[in-house]
Amino acid sequence: MTEIAQFSELSLYNYSPYDERPKIVWPNGARLAFWVAPNIEFYELNPPTNPHRQPWPHPYPPVPGYSIRDYGNRVGHQRQMALLDKYGVRGSISLSAALCEHHPEIIALCAERNWEFFSHGIYNTRYTYGLTEDQEREMIEDAMDTIERAVGQRPAGYLAPALSHSNHTIDLFAEAGGLYTCDLFHDDQPTWVNTRSGKPFVSIPYSLELNDTIAYVVQKREPRRYGESIRLAFDQLYAEGADSGTVMCIPTHNYQVSCPHRLRAFEEALEYITGHSDVWVTTGREIADYTIAYGRQQLEGSAVVPSA
Amino acid sequence: MSDELLSYPQRHYGMDHDRYRWSMLQDRAPIVWPDNKPLALWINIAVQHFPLSGDKPMVAPPGALTMPYPDLRHYTLRDYGNRVGIFRIMTLMQQYQATPSVAISGALALRYPRLMERLSATGYEWLGHGWNMLCMHAGDIDIATESEWIAQTREALEAFTDQPLKGWLSPGRSQTANTPELLMRNGFSYQCDWVNDELPYPFKTDEGDMTCLPSCLELDDVFVLTQNLHSEESFVQQVSDAADLLIEEGQKQAGRLLALNLHPWLVGQPHRVSAVKNLLEALLVERSDAIWHASPSSIVDAAIDQID
Repeated sequence: MTEIAQFSELSLYNYSPYDERPKIVWPNGARLAFWVAPNIEFYELNPPTNPHRQPWPHPYPPVPGYSIRDYGNRVGHQRQMALLDKYGVRGSISLSAALCEHHPEIIALCAERNWEFFSHGIYNTRYTYGLTEDQEREMIEDAMDTIERAVGQRPAGYLAPALSHSNHTIDLFAEAGGLYTCDLFHDDQPTWVNTRSGKPFVSIPYSLELNDTIAYVVQKREPRRYGESIRLAFDQLYAEGADSGTVMCIPTHNYQVSCPHRLRAFEEALEYITGHSDVWVTTGREIADYTIAYGRQQLEGSAVVPSA
Repeated sequence: MSDELLSYPQRHYGMDHDRYRWSMLQDRAPIVWPDNKPLALWINIAVQHFPLSGDKPMVAPPGALTMPYPDLRHYTLRDYGNRVGIFRIMTLMQQYQATPSVAISGALALRYPRLMERLSATGYEWLGHGWNMLCMHAGDIDIATESEWIAQTREALEAFTDQPLKGWLSPGRSQTANTPELLMRNGFSYQCDWVNDELPYPFKTDEGDMTCLPSCLELDDVFVLTQNLHSEESFVQQVSDAADLLIEEGQKQAGRLLALNLHPWLVGQPHRVSAVKNLLEALLVERSDAIWHASPSSIVDAAIDQID
């Protein structure tokens, strides 16, 4: 008999089949919680070399990659913001905290609209990789402090910068006062997260599949096709939400979705979604607060801890 | 090393470099184009020479040869553009009375003088486009070498045109840290490599200000058709969608710019050239009331006095 190798397994959340959970009823009886998460990022022209991941494929100065991302802030931001205003959506911003210092004008526009700011690290060219636990704590707290100083509210959510993680990331963020993570893609409903401090902490569905950068850069979708994918996802989650209570998120980037040849497809999807009743158009923080108040038992039902 | 990962020397207001001032498109003094048209249209045709060489450039430009030496398949496919494709495109441009610019590899002036004579006879504005598609302005290329590439390109092209050469588009939109200064020293007053905006803006160099006229990577034919693998039909749709959105913004806000970049070796192919016809029809016929179609120098000249 061969011995089965032991693997390190994820113990962040418990297991329960989708159709065996208690139903989540969103405020006012809504069946689907809908949120849009614009990533407002700053990529450095000349970041330090990280031994684990190279920030740019292009030698210094990385003009092609840097300049299109700068386009997102210079041109794209206000374009998407006007669209979200039109459809009554408050953005939940995944924010490179240093942008508070570089581009406070953007922060002010979003703050005026009572948008949510959650942490996306300091820069999207600085990774969690290669940091000690103390250094990662310093980076996480620096980002939260910077955002709190700029907007007067401590961020509740975290999407690790450039989706770079350590095994401590979620524990550290919960200990720093965070309430939810966007880094896990295992479900269409919020999930209670086991952290070492035992503080109430949840995973809120963010979506890689509907993320514009994944759709456009990795899956190379045509803009109209991307809009159609969003509508198909909505139809499915909206139908199921009557029995389960679902979350749908569209993560965006101003250097992708706000390009003039792409915005129309996004607008059609937004118009479609917000044209339905029983949709709670909300923010990540509001979903997290509501879920935590709902309670672990009510959320998980008979979920079990999977064996390692 | 690890201290460097948490050190942020450029974390302050504005950009993390000194090339240009931070500002958002929508916050600037409104640009008014001639005849009060909402949208300026710049069409560029990239006339490129890919040498038959086994050398790999530091950064591969789109369309670079990829096979072991001698890569006859890609060499000849690119050469097709200069022998056949360009003439199909010139015929269409004439049919639609378009005024595109041509960005030309300097080496082609030595290799194909007859092509230069034909391009000169069109009256199109000429831009320097590097010596050839293997001489990449990237990384730590020696400054004297890079300077020579630029000077040589100017000299070779000037043998065939009386126009003052003002504009420059680098192969693959790639630059070294020295490229802007070297362009200024060689008499170029605007460059199109930074795709971070949708209007011309002042770009600082040690030799004084030049203008950046941003080209558009995301709607470049090579990007849409060969990198994203979208259909020709979708390409035309995307250009039309972009034009509609920019025209609407131009009417409600201020003048906007649509920049297209076409490659005769790609869209000059018989199964693709109808896409060029369709997009000229969409822009210069169907939307002619809203579009000011002009050479890049005319666009720079019209904008520059209005830029604060």
